[in-house]
Amino acid sequence: MLKIENLHATVDGKEILRGINLEINEGEVHAIMGPNGSGKSTLSAVLAGNPAYTVTEGKVTFNGKDLLAMSPEDRANEGLFLSFQYPVEIPGVSMTNFMKAALNGKRKYQGLEPLSASEFLKLQREKKKFVEINNDLTNRSVNEGFSGGEKKKNEIFQMAMLEPTLRILDETDSGLDIDALRIVATGVTKLKNEKNATIVITHYQRLLDYIVPDYVHILYHGRIVMTDTKDLVQKLEKDGYDWIKEQFPD
Amino acid sequence: MATHNAELAFNTMKEEQNNIEQINAEEYKYGFTSDIDTEVIPKGLSEDVVRLISQKKGEPEFMLDFRLKAFRHWQKLYEEKGMPTWAHLTIPEIDFQNIIYYAAPKQKKQLESLDEVDPAIRETFDKLGISLDEQKKLSNVAVDAVLDSSSVKTTFHAELAKKGIIFCSISEAIKNHPDLIKQYLGSVVPHTDNFYAALNAAVFSDGSFVYIPKGVRCPMELSTYFRINAMNTGQFERTLIVADDESYVSYLEGCTAPQRDENQLHAAIVEIVVMNNAEVKYSTVQNWYPGDKDGKGGIYNFVTKRAICKGDNSKISWTQVETGSAITWKYPSCILKGNNSVGEFYSVAVTNNHQQADTGTKMIHLGKNTKSTIISKGISAGKSQNSYRGLVRVAKDADGARNYSQCDSLLMGDKCGAHTFPYADIHNPTAQVEHEATTSKISEDQIFYCNQRGIKTEDAIGLIVNGYAKDVLSKLPLEFAVEAQKLLQISLENSVG
Repeated sequence: MLKIENLHATVDGKEILRGINLEINEGEVHAIMGPNGSGKSTLSAVLAGNPAYTVTEGKVTFNGKDLLAMSPEDRANEGLFLSFQYPVEIPGVSMTNFMKAALNGKRKYQGLEPLSASEFLKLQREKKKFVEINNDLTNRSVNEGFSGGEKKKNEIFQMAMLEPTLRILDETDSGLDIDALRIVATGVTKLKNEKNATIVITHYQRLLDYIVPDYVHILYHGRIVMTDTKDLVQKLEKDGYDWIKEQFPD
Repeated sequence: MATHNAELAFNTMKEEQNNIEQINAEEYKYGFTSDIDTEVIPKGLSEDVVRLISQKKGEPEFMLDFRLKAFRHWQKLYEEKGMPTWAHLTIPEIDFQNIIYYAAPKQKKQLESLDEVDPAIRETFDKLGISLDEQKKLSNVAVDAVLDSSSVKTTFHAELAKKGIIFCSISEAIKNHPDLIKQYLGSVVPHTDNFYAALNAAVFSDGSFVYIPKGVRCPMELSTYFRINAMNTGQFERTLIVADDESYVSYLEGCTAPQRDENQLHAAIVEIVVMNNAEVKYSTVQNWYPGDKDGKGGIYNFVTKRAICKGDNSKISWTQVETGSAITWKYPSCILKGNNSVGEFYSVAVTNNHQQADTGTKMIHLGKNTKSTIISKGISAGKSQNSYRGLVRVAKDADGARNYSQCDSLLMGDKCGAHTFPYADIHNPTAQVEHEATTSKISEDQIFYCNQRGIKTEDAIGLIVNGYAKDVLSKLPLEFAVEAQKLLQISLENSVG
């Protein structure tokens, strides 16, 4: 599904990614861990096409297509979804209107008719159940005045609506209390199937207790320095990253 | 849940009417001229021209006097001071002798039915999406269509007449209802009010007249579409609305104009009189040609709009969406004379490229316990300049007056300007006057967030801007709101790079 080859990227002229190689297949869950500043969030931003980042080298194919040649909206419409670490507030635009624009935009891209208002509302009602959010939230402006937990639930709600094939969770667990974490993580797991793949970027084991990874990668200084099974998570939880830093000096 | 569905209905309607392809047509959509046989008088302005206009329109003596008085005042202003310069605008010197002051489609007789209307005129309206036929009846809109300066056809005249409502061109009103005209024309905006008001009073060509009798609720939205059509013709509309005791009317005004190379002057006057317990809603979507991206061409829109809440418990509400014109100079105002009267001003003003807008309102509190609300949303893009100018005045005897003003500015890019000039003139210690102002920018983060959900940048801007302007758009009648949303998006195309 996704193949990243020798990916280099800079932000403000500073090189953050220095040759990432990663292959992800349908149905897989990959966790990307690593100390602060190792380039985890940059990787997700670059995959999603954030214009603040510049790709200087490398290749990314997504379902056989050149991902880096696509606009951010086409990447989204092709099935790539980024759950933002810091979801953006858009005052005055209700979640319902926003979601309708997104969903019908995607349907148009796929050559499908837009959903009618009642079909849309019905779908929205169903999908809200995945993350236990109430009606009030979809009537409010996008993320405006949402608590940390509501913002993250809202990200997963959008994921449920758009049914992406590649789901990138950028530190979705940050700022969540235990209950919200459970709801968000359970939502992601329920939405998992053999056709979609998941990249979980996180610092902690707690999210991975719910979303169990098939592979765990350690990103350090812009490269993936180690790939292992989920057992690696426990070692990191216990020993931290110092041993990695020693093993891969600057 | 009710608001929820309304919003969806709103949005669905938007989508239906708002074909994306149409939006992507970047050139000014209504930039065409239609080939209609037009009768014009020679260029220039003089006492003789004023007399000629009055004569061509077959006006009674009192109107000629009205015009001549105004003309002499204008002439004096022009000779002594020239064009007014106080607004935050750069206005090129206008050659008032190089303007044609009267143009009317040639017509042999009064028309009895729509079939008699010149097909070319009908076609023009069709291009604008205005149908003069029975569809309008079904959609509950009566249209008094003004093509250039003279009314072509007033529809639903008879139906409204049953309720005693008068809705006709001002020319007809001058002939058929001289008493009402004598009583009210110039009573809210006298010719001495300002330079362009004097000019309008001298040469106004046509416009609309509305009278709602006592106790009558007008059963439909009254709507006038203006359109400049004859080359080089200044347009001087005159609208007068009188709402008698316990009456209600909602009036819609929309403007489009064909593309032009030379600047066109538009100096309209709207006067509204609201009596005891009556309410008038006046909504405008203004889409005059703004000039090309280098600022060439475009309409100069110098308008005086004012309403007086004459009676107790009366209410006037101005809602405007301003997207067009090269230069806009416009301050729809409320004189709150009756006790407990209410004035509202809701405005979205968009400027792009080289457009300039200096717009706002005046709330003059004279009566006791009068209340006013001002919500102004400015959106500046390109190299444009957008100013809010608002006056809140509370007179000595206006006990318990209250005003709330909110003036927000949204900037797109770093070459445009947003300015706020709030004036407060308070002479009564019991007055409560509140003013809030914010300035914000559409952030790249917001755009990227939308992009990541599959929403194109243009559409994202449309969403964000419509969200920003929602408090104002929601005051418009539904079909107008749909058009306004579309206009906002079209006006701001390619403005975030």
